[in-house]
Amino acid sequence: MASQSQQPLLVIEDLYVSVDDREILSGVNLTIAEGETHVLLGPNGHGKTTLLNTIVGLPGYRVTQGHIMFKGTDLAELEIDERARMGIGIAFQRPPAVRGVKLRQLIEVATGEGTGGHDELLADLVGQLGLSKLIDRDVNMGFSGGEAKRSEMAQLLAQMPDLTLFDEPESGVDLDNIAVVGKAMNRLLKSVRAGHATRSGLIVTHTGHILDYVNGDIGHVLYNGRLACKGNPRDLIKEISKHGYEKCVECAICQR
Amino acid sequence: MSAIEERKAEIARLAQAAVAKPATFGPDLDLTQFNAAEDVKSVESLESLDKQVKETALDIGFDTTEKGRSGSYFQMDRSPIYRKVEEMFDNKLEIMSTEEALVMYPELMYEKYYWRNVAPDKDKYTAQVALGHTEGYFIRVKAGQKIDKPIQACLFVSENNISQNVHSVIILEEGAEASVLTGCTIHPKVRNGLHAGISEFYVGKGAKLTFTMIHNWSEDFHVRPRTGVTVEEDGVYVSNYVMLKPVRSLQTFPSARLVGDRSRAVFNSIVYGLNDSYVDIGSEAILEGTGTRSEATARTVSRDRSTVYSRGRLIGKNNDCKAHLDCRGIVFSEESTQWAIPDLASVGAPGAELSHEAAISPIAAEEVFYLMSRGVPKTEAISMITRGFLNVDIPGLPPALRRQIDRALEQTAKDAM
Repeated sequence: MASQSQQPLLVIEDLYVSVDDREILSGVNLTIAEGETHVLLGPNGHGKTTLLNTIVGLPGYRVTQGHIMFKGTDLAELEIDERARMGIGIAFQRPPAVRGVKLRQLIEVATGEGTGGHDELLADLVGQLGLSKLIDRDVNMGFSGGEAKRSEMAQLLAQMPDLTLFDEPESGVDLDNIAVVGKAMNRLLKSVRAGHATRSGLIVTHTGHILDYVNGDIGHVLYNGRLACKGNPRDLIKEISKHGYEKCVECAICQR
Repeated sequence: MSAIEERKAEIARLAQAAVAKPATFGPDLDLTQFNAAEDVKSVESLESLDKQVKETALDIGFDTTEKGRSGSYFQMDRSPIYRKVEEMFDNKLEIMSTEEALVMYPELMYEKYYWRNVAPDKDKYTAQVALGHTEGYFIRVKAGQKIDKPIQACLFVSENNISQNVHSVIILEEGAEASVLTGCTIHPKVRNGLHAGISEFYVGKGAKLTFTMIHNWSEDFHVRPRTGVTVEEDGVYVSNYVMLKPVRSLQTFPSARLVGDRSRAVFNSIVYGLNDSYVDIGSEAILEGTGTRSEATARTVSRDRSTVYSRGRLIGKNNDCKAHLDCRGIVFSEESTQWAIPDLASVGAPGAELSHEAAISPIAAEEVFYLMSRGVPKTEAISMITRGFLNVDIPGLPPALRRQIDRALEQTAKDAM
């Protein structure tokens, strides 16, 4: 497998990002190889969501320096939908409600054309994620926290991105739902791409609870707009829960 | 003079006095600019109509094969050229032209139905219809009959610059149920003209009428429908109105009087303002009986240089009545104007509960980006959201009508791309 992964899937180099003229990211470097799942830890307001939204290409996140390469292509000039079609997917923390657009329709468009087997996939997703009551409702309209996350997971399992970004997949979700969401994340990340290693992921988590269900290969702490340390995600969380972020970024287990 | 003659004279007198009376809303038109319609020959079968006519009719939901319909009425210009009731509904449903009904049931018509829900002197448009040669459909569903397939009617304008005057009457006797799909449209060659249509609907005790109207005009055409409805005890009136194509000016403000206890009126309107269209639509519910209810939902989109008014009036006259109005609009162009005008009144009824939600806002960028993040290109995402916005959930809408509306929305979304 490694021979096919000469080129890492995602390479972020010296990335500076501003929102409303305020600098949020100040020189982020991150490389995600095929088949790797990375975990992004860090206190609120230090740039985790900004990093994800910048990769996705949401307007308002201005890259002032550095670049993001995906499959060897610089993403700078690409629209959100072009990035999605290249293989980048995101599970939003709080996805917006869209009046009149049904979850079913979103799953259909995410599946894309020409892949076939839509009905089976849909039935499978409805069953696995317990969506029978949601599938024909306006997407996210009045959905509970857990319902919104399950709906996001269904859309991503239809889209099957090569790199999936998960923004706080456990926030606002009760324990039962975390298990369902975790299972779906595993299904997505472990599924094989023809001729490639398994898919890659970048999981933003504030609490780390989702790691009880999903295995992360490499953890990072995003602190003050920079990746301050790198290590085994579980070790990092242990460290953080003992000493807090401030001490963690100075500690010895860090590889960075 | 007989009572009927007296009533005829009265209608004429009232109309005569209103020939120059402008309507309350909408641009005032000079009616002398339009020619009178000529007679058109009847047809034995709808299949014999010219292909372009059939296709145009299908766009507004009128299926010339008559598949899945209980009955059909086709009027071209001023002439009712075709009418038919499917055999299985023979003794349950009557369809004829209004002129024929006036001949067949003069007492009934003049005493109870003809010009009773709409006043001949309301404005110059009602006056013109009252004074000119007019046809229209007369549809009556007999007591207790439930017509489970839609009745379809098409009011078609085939000549340029004429005034099509129409006067239609629908009567649902006690306990009857029916859905009527009326499509109004013009031949593709027609550029300008006027459609002045009077509709008087009578929903009897425990009866239910679903009336769906699809309008399809052209950029220089003027439209002035005038609709009055009365609903008796436990009766239900559901109105669905869809207008997705350009028009020069269109103004309509149908009014439903809920006279019977526990009667109900529901209005759903979907309007797409394009090019230089001037569209002024609304609905009025007058809640007179005890336990009466009404809901009005309007969705309006305006593009280009269009002007769209969305009005909704609720008048509570009973201490036990409840009504809600929900109008939302999206403005797509800096040259377009939209008005949302909710208008609520409690008249001597301190117990009346009337409420409204009105909003005009752009498509949320956040929603567009959300769809794009699933790989949908931006223009397609906007079109999906717009279609969703207009795609009002209409409970109880017959599937055949749902498909017609979906088709029209689909087509409009494609055209707008």
